[in-house]
Amino acid sequence: MRLRFPWTTNCGLFFTRYEEDQAFLPSRAAKIKVLCLFALLLALPWLVGPYPLRIASQVAIMALGAVGLNLLTGFAGQISVGHAAFMGVGAYAVGALTTKLGLSFWLALPLGGLAAALVGAFFGLPSLRLKGLYLAIATLAAQVILDFAFVRLEPITGGAAGLVLTPPSLGPLSLADDTVFYYVTLALTMAGVIFALNLSRSRVGRAFMAIRDRDLAAAMLGVDLFGYKLRAFFLSSFYAGLAGGMLAAYTRVVTPEQFTLDVSIQFLAMIVIGGLGDVLGSVYGAAFVSLLPIALSYLAQALQGVLPQMVNLLSACQTALFGLVIILFLIFEPQGLAKLWRHIKDYFRLWPFSY
Amino acid sequence: MQQELLVVENLSLHFGGVAALTNIDLTVRKGEILAIIGPNGAGKTSFLNCISGLYRPSGGRIFFEGRDITRLSPHRRAALGIARTFQNIELFKHMTVLDNIMLGRHVHLRSGILAGGIYWGLAQKEEVRHRRRVEEIIDFLEIEFIRNRVVGSLSYGLQKRVELARALALEPKLLLLDEPMAGMNVEEKEDMARFILDIAEEWGVTLVLIEHDMGVVMDLSDRVAVFDFGRKIAEGLPEEIKQNPRVVEAYLGGQLAEEA
Repeated sequence: MRLRFPWTTNCGLFFTRYEEDQAFLPSRAAKIKVLCLFALLLALPWLVGPYPLRIASQVAIMALGAVGLNLLTGFAGQISVGHAAFMGVGAYAVGALTTKLGLSFWLALPLGGLAAALVGAFFGLPSLRLKGLYLAIATLAAQVILDFAFVRLEPITGGAAGLVLTPPSLGPLSLADDTVFYYVTLALTMAGVIFALNLSRSRVGRAFMAIRDRDLAAAMLGVDLFGYKLRAFFLSSFYAGLAGGMLAAYTRVVTPEQFTLDVSIQFLAMIVIGGLGDVLGSVYGAAFVSLLPIALSYLAQALQGVLPQMVNLLSACQTALFGLVIILFLIFEPQGLAKLWRHIKDYFRLWPFSY
Repeated sequence: MQQELLVVENLSLHFGGVAALTNIDLTVRKGEILAIIGPNGAGKTSFLNCISGLYRPSGGRIFFEGRDITRLSPHRRAALGIARTFQNIELFKHMTVLDNIMLGRHVHLRSGILAGGIYWGLAQKEEVRHRRRVEEIIDFLEIEFIRNRVVGSLSYGLQKRVELARALALEPKLLLLDEPMAGMNVEEKEDMARFILDIAEEWGVTLVLIEHDMGVVMDLSDRVAVFDFGRKIAEGLPEEIKQNPRVVEAYLGGQLAEEA
């Protein structure tokens, strides 16, 4: 009999085939663990009430967007401050295509992703010459220009009032139903996460990381720098566009305030807190950033009896607290929640004899 | 008569008013090891940078297998079969040794975003097929034990070896090595010299290397070219170069050469 801590799944493994070595889940224990997690996610509508379920859907949408940004910034090393704007392009495309042209939501969603991808790739053009902070400013321009376009292109975007969507349906099921919407979002986000994970262990993902680490050396080894930077922008914005389309279906109204610079910064915060260059990290980060304000308001309510002033104080401090968390992460764990989780697992690998 | 692999004609490179290279003519024959020597700042690395496409030459032309590559972008030259290593190691620090070497096979792999993202099927087959080739290189350079290590955590000598492995993974016809033995101890130098000879003999790769260690240069190379102040001042067999008065002058200084 093997005595082993149940969390420890990847030790004492010896492979005889390259397929096994390259697999995500190299052992049976790891597979079981992931299946349990998956079952938990599937059972969530029965475990929690309607409000937490809506929050879960929202987290899944943000996670999809964050995975997209992580592909661009964490993997390919191209910083973007316009991610929310690209998300907006997807949302407005889905909104306009369904309300003005009467297209099916399921056709409009990939088209919205494509529209965002093309816009993203266009604003990625400066990455040929610009790096780091300079590229950040160039993508900031994208954010500002698109913000402006959302308000001013009234015939398409409905201006400041925005677009109102009718809830899409999936066969006999309506996405207005929280449970149905949750499953659809979950499926899409999981597909997005798996796609990104796969990409990161194959040719394109390696080329992205090579550009991030040493662009000139990558070029000397045959990586077309400009081509791959544009691919990164395209792909990242495609994710953003899909997330935007889902957000449009979630809120059923698309307005310019949903896609401001603040949201772009929040996306950057998600991938920094979650872990740059770590696909699952973006999911942790998205959950953390989306849930923090909710957790804070719960905390405030809980403390209301003891400290009545706390409600106002905490809501005022929210942004400051948010900034504090990011700074703490940058100082103490620059590789984010993903790395923190690995530390915890490493600790338990030898538990209780870890000395 | 040996075939010519690389022909450089009348190559010049200027940075503003500074001439880094002036009218260099040089031919590299298929299968040989050509060493480029010269004092610091002689233009040796600039010359390699022109061949690999990092610098655009101000004048002159470069032919690879008879094809004019003077204005070709670096990644296209890699696809033609020109690989290089760098004087200061330029590895992908946050990637594992395996990923670094797999990236060296970039031009041989085909899968794009869609195939890579779906993975199961096409991309996986491709990964496994090329992994096999990469493992051969890992075996050859004796770096099995660091296969899964992140490159940034390795010692200098090992990093040099990984960089060589990455360049080899490209299966180049022409391999440019910029000071492959700089900063190594005697033992590491001997290992590296053995690898270089094997690469030339077993893999049939043509090598151009820049090196300062005269003993190594004389032992390894079939021919030697000497640069000084951006010009080629001599070219020939190692023994000829040793006797050449202009080379001795460039290395030891005019006065000393006269005294000797």
